[in-house]
Amino acid sequence: MKKLPTLLLCAAIVLLTVLPLWLVRAPAEQAAFGGADARAQEAIGVIAPSYKPWFAPVFEPASDEIASLLFALQAAIGAGVIGYWLGLSVARERLRRDAAPAPVNAAAEARPSAAVGTVMPSSPQANRVD
Amino acid sequence: MHIMEGFLPPMHALGWTAASLPFLAWGLRAIGRDLRTHPERRMLLGVAAAFAFLLSALKLPSVTGSCSHPTGVGLGAALFGPAAMVPVGFVVLLFQALLMAHGGLTTLGANVFSMAIVGPLVSYGVLRGVGALGLSRSVAVFLAACLGDLATYVTTSAQLALAFPATVGGFEVSFLKFAGIFAVTQVPIAISEGLLTVLVVNAMVRFNAHELRALPVMALKERA
Repeated sequence: MKKLPTLLLCAAIVLLTVLPLWLVRAPAEQAAFGGADARAQEAIGVIAPSYKPWFAPVFEPASDEIASLLFALQAAIGAGVIGYWLGLSVARERLRRDAAPAPVNAAAEARPSAAVGTVMPSSPQANRVD
Repeated sequence: MHIMEGFLPPMHALGWTAASLPFLAWGLRAIGRDLRTHPERRMLLGVAAAFAFLLSALKLPSVTGSCSHPTGVGLGAALFGPAAMVPVGFVVLLFQALLMAHGGLTTLGANVFSMAIVGPLVSYGVLRGVGALGLSRSVAVFLAACLGDLATYVTTSAQLALAFPATVGGFEVSFLKFAGIFAVTQVPIAISEGLLTVLVVNAMVRFNAHELRALPVMALKERA
């Protein structure tokens, strides 16, 4: 993965998220940055004022704090798995690179491990990975 | 895109549940078969599921002054096909319905249909279509995730408009109202999801080319 495009993509995602907070004024009659789901619920109330929900949630978080705890938990589970995969993948690639036979040209012959700098000294374990 | 608990009339709730069930069975079979023939894909499937967990928990601000969340299922659909993401989306939505009072059990069928069926199908279709046009992998993955995300919210709008047609103007007027709430809010969020999915796919192609071989995403060109 090339460094620059990756950084630009990250910057674009952050900007797309932060700019609305900064630039957009929420309509006066509604709370700023409430959920779209709740707005749809209000719209149902306008279109069909007589409609009554016929089923209630089996369990409701006791407060907004508890709800945000559960959302954070959900995100943490997801991010944890992704972090595990990314860490494993990076380490695996480094081990492979260290274990690869050194190129024969003179420049690389000097000190093959110097090329990878501070990355892991080539240990017996490192060499064992295929 | 979560239709709240009890906010679909019973016949609609039942209808969407009946429509979603065969897809769920199809998805479970497809995942089972895929992992039996390619056990090395287990971890990447886990990452795709984790991505959906993570993204659907993040409510992001948008240009309409309200918040909504990406779905995260475009990644898995682009990699493993649309069937694999049906059970994943189902688990995410069930978790939110049971623990967070977000969405609901009576509306689970309708929410699964929009987020775990229509979204992934559109993502996969866009990936193949854009790939066939000869555009690069990044463009195909971006459009797949972005348009799949939007399709989910358009579907939710249609579901609500079907259940609550306006007294004057009927389905069409209602649809435009709900789409104004959901789909417009979703535009920048869908773009973010597209970009994020490109980042993850780039990393996977770099680190997991072996596990991904023979999948359609690897057949796409690095550059157009």
